[in-house]
Amino acid sequence: MPLDANTPDLRTEFKSVGTRPNRPDGVDKVTGRARFGADFALPGQLTGLILRSPHAHAKIKSIDTSAAEALPGVKAVITYKDIPEQEGCDKDVLVNIMARGTALYDGHAVAAVAAVDASVARKALKLIKVDYKVLKHVTDVDEAMKPDAPVLHPGRFDPVDFSTLENAAHVSGKEERKTATPAHSNIAGRYVFGHGDPDKGFKQADVIVEHEFKTEATHQGYIEPHACTASVSSDGMAELWVCTQGPFMVRDVCASLLGMDVSRLRVTPSEIGGGFGGKTTVFIEPVALALSRKAGKPVKVVMSRSEVFRATGPTSSASMWVKIGAKKDGTFVAADAVLKYQGGAFPGSPVEMGAMCAFACYDLKNVRIVGYDVVTNRPKQAAYRAPGAPMSAFAVEGVIGEIADKLGMDAIDIRLKNAAKEGTVSSYGPTFGPVGLVETLEAAKAHKNYKVKLGKNQGRGVASGFWFNFAGNTCVSINLNVDGTLALALGTVDIGGSRASMCLMAAEELGISYEDVRAVIADTSSLGYNDISEGSRVTFSSGLATIKAVRDLKVRMCGRAAKIWGIPEDAVKWENGAAHPAGSNAGNFPPLSIKEIAAQASATGGPLAGHYEINAEGAGPSFATHVCDVEVDPDTGAMKVLRYLVVQDAGKAIHPSYVEGQFQGGAVQGIGWVLNEEYFYGKDGTLQNAGFLDYRVPVCSDVPMIDTVIVEVPNPGHPYGVRGVGETSIVPPLACVANAVSSAIGVRARTLPMSPPRVLAALEGVAASKA
Amino acid sequence: MLKVKLGGTLVNKAGGRTEFEVEGANIMQMLRNLGRTCPELEPMLQKGVSVAVDGQIYRDAMLQPLGPENEIILLPRMAGG
Amino acid sequence: MSAVHVSTNINGDDVEFVCRPDESLLDVLRDRLGMTGSKEGCGTGDCGACSVELDGRLVCSCLVMGAEVGGHKIETIEGMAQGDKLHPLQQKFLEHAALQCGICTPGFLVAARNLLERNNDPTETEVRYWLAGNLCRCTGYDKIVRAVLDTAKDMRKSAAKSSAKKPAAKKKAAPKKTAKKGARHAA
Ligand code: FES
Ligand code: FES
Repeated sequence: MPLDANTPDLRTEFKSVGTRPNRPDGVDKVTGRARFGADFALPGQLTGLILRSPHAHAKIKSIDTSAAEALPGVKAVITYKDIPEQEGCDKDVLVNIMARGTALYDGHAVAAVAAVDASVARKALKLIKVDYKVLKHVTDVDEAMKPDAPVLHPGRFDPVDFSTLENAAHVSGKEERKTATPAHSNIAGRYVFGHGDPDKGFKQADVIVEHEFKTEATHQGYIEPHACTASVSSDGMAELWVCTQGPFMVRDVCASLLGMDVSRLRVTPSEIGGGFGGKTTVFIEPVALALSRKAGKPVKVVMSRSEVFRATGPTSSASMWVKIGAKKDGTFVAADAVLKYQGGAFPGSPVEMGAMCAFACYDLKNVRIVGYDVVTNRPKQAAYRAPGAPMSAFAVEGVIGEIADKLGMDAIDIRLKNAAKEGTVSSYGPTFGPVGLVETLEAAKAHKNYKVKLGKNQGRGVASGFWFNFAGNTCVSINLNVDGTLALALGTVDIGGSRASMCLMAAEELGISYEDVRAVIADTSSLGYNDISEGSRVTFSSGLATIKAVRDLKVRMCGRAAKIWGIPEDAVKWENGAAHPAGSNAGNFPPLSIKEIAAQASATGGPLAGHYEINAEGAGPSFATHVCDVEVDPDTGAMKVLRYLVVQDAGKAIHPSYVEGQFQGGAVQGIGWVLNEEYFYGKDGTLQNAGFLDYRVPVCSDVPMIDTVIVEVPNPGHPYGVRGVGETSIVPPLACVANAVSSAIGVRARTLPMSPPRVLAALEGVAASKA
Repeated sequence: MLKVKLGGTLVNKAGGRTEFEVEGANIMQMLRNLGRTCPELEPMLQKGVSVAVDGQIYRDAMLQPLGPENEIILLPRMAGG
Repeated sequence: MSAVHVSTNINGDDVEFVCRPDESLLDVLRDRLGMTGSKEGCGTGDCGACSVELDGRLVCSCLVMGAEVGGHKIETIEGMAQGDKLHPLQQKFLEHAALQCGICTPGFLVAARNLLERNNDPTETEVRYWLAGNLCRCTGYDKIVRAVLDTAKDMRKSAAKSSAKKPAAKKKAAPKKTAKKGARHAA
């Protein structure tokens, strides 16, 4: 076994990896002992609350905080003036955490108070007088692109001259085709991907299908609202306990917004009650720090559920046009798309990634995707699981479903015919290495669910999906304890059981038992910088760094054994949890187990540890194919998901239960997106459904068991072949369910969510056109 | 000489040019030289880009070695969920 | 608002506390008594993360006023394990990986225990409807439902064993039909 920490070697035989032990943090989580964001308390802490704009778009003429400040028990009141702009800080984040002159969306923070308890703080909020001048607002993406739309950031974005651009016709809806003018200043960016010549390609097509699609914004819907406790002392030293996907990001961003040295702020991540991308930025954290700085006391801020809906990131809503041409045998000859995503009040909708993912499943010689990033009077979008990809997949996979129907082809066969493989030039540019789309399609086709006979009003849908997967900055330390057990310090927050996976990889690499490794998530002062737990990067990157840190430790342990035996270091090898002489001429010594080495560590040169710091690269993309059966009630439009199958390439499943869990969780979030979930804005631009009663996420009785098949096409970039799995699972469901509905009742859903009234209206439309 | 292809927005910024030939032994040198060859790209490069080398996406690895045999594609910087 | 003094019983222990009349039982548990095992996901009775038993009935503690619980019996997640012995549901949740982030887990466990105490042979549909008041955003519910069904199976087995041992006490726990979704919110 190579001990060089830099040699990649793809392991294929495993002892620990691939088993399903209980997770190390499990008992704390089933007994209520685990401490989540809102579970921290400091002596003498104050309660912080935030005042939010009731208007979608308004000039803030003045804020009078004097009455609130005078209320007994109030220790600090802040507005944007207490968070002066620092050089080099991210201006959009600064404006988002506290409005500066203009409230840009319903729920935008305007002021904050810290008081001795929640009831005083609530009173104080009521005493803050804000004088608003209400402005015209816009929340719909197509409306926001119209020439006469209210402009959110006057003068900020370059005008776009549509007359010179491809597919201008599909930019702002049919009626705008002629009138589009170059003055659309809510357009924050325009992105183009693709290759070949789609216009020529369509000439070879036997069938062409094109349609417009719309999806509404959905929220990540993590059950734990944002929460943090901040403590700034008078010497400027600060501590923050917070539920976040990225404690290092929180530290660096807060320090830059508040003008602090990074070293003065220590961030300790709590257990995190879900994130799905929504906890990859800051909202209340800098506010809590600013309150604590002003009050001179610790301040705890916990969002209410309605604040979570109104002011944290949902994903984008989208308006799309997709056109695909195919030959009679099902070969795609050209594909074209225009995607318009609104990302709330600031630039940064995930339209680029939506554009890159749109056709990534297919081998296309002629493909073009144009994406528009649009601002509206809505909360700043935050990443949501495979950001941008589910919407574009909804449109693309829907069109493919229709082409298959037109050609009378099987839904899986047409995808197999066009599937991206190793060597395919992807629609977003790079050439794919080994990828597993074909394997997922074949496994889906072979699965028993694909053969179940369907009844009346029942239908089956198929869709595939893609996500890049990320890697990134990662630091890991592993310390050998005196009894031969190990302490593994990780810098990536554990959202879905990643500690268990890391312990498995460490145990595998050392040849010891899983129980002998204990993993902890370190605070920001204990390890070097780690990127956010996002983009399905944790098992890949922290896993890679864990393996490399363990290899580093093994080298050191072998070195100790060499010293003890008095032989050269390279004459020692590590096997099955012990150092062995590398061969017969190395000498004849009984192996030194990890426990023996640990016991002698202090006598033979001091404590033993391994560590590894890397900006990991080489994450491998993960493809998935989903199959779903639904039954639609033609009288009510209500729909029941009967069966659901997820087949996805995991590269290598370290802890298969948690891989399945990611597949199932993503699929059900996707099902919610199709069936119920939506941001619903009133005429006045305020959010009408800021609670779980009216924003309906799937409940237990809405869904069946989610069947899973783990495909393993190893990623050559990881020593065990790991690909991330968390994101791809939410990409296919939107189209998968929509395709199933269409096969059940012959109605194609092109607007999400497909709530019963919409399905019913579509059914009546079909009936009327037949009559 | 490295062959560098542009993706996404970068194409617009570069006045429609999709391919460049620049010197450089690693990503950092390549980006520096690209910025010199095409100053219009400089603000985007400053903001950060992802670089796909033979299909692998690199977000930050400035010292990743590059050679003429590599397929190099500049992509917008990505963030995840 | 003057504070109220309340004497109650939590997990078998007599407990006294003082709270304001506007505080929910969940606020009292979390902020006054330091029992942070019950979670607040919404504060409006929609997520079930705050589930506790009040005199054996499953309730959302965010919808019960702290001042109301005097003289009642409350069971929370903290009382579920007996000493260092986990409740069978807790054990099965671990084995089935029925939690990812774990924020919903205390609520699910309390709700599932309440179901199994009423009905140790629920169908999958009964489990799904009973747990429909608890939201989980991570798991897609699959592994949670399996863990509950598997626990019920084990409980039936051990009930059968113990009744076989003591034939005198051969009174099979009658699988009472469970209340349907919504019943718990009628509190
Ligand atoms: S917190 Fe009580 S139901 Fe959500
Ligand atoms: S495990 Fe995260 S909400 Fe259920």
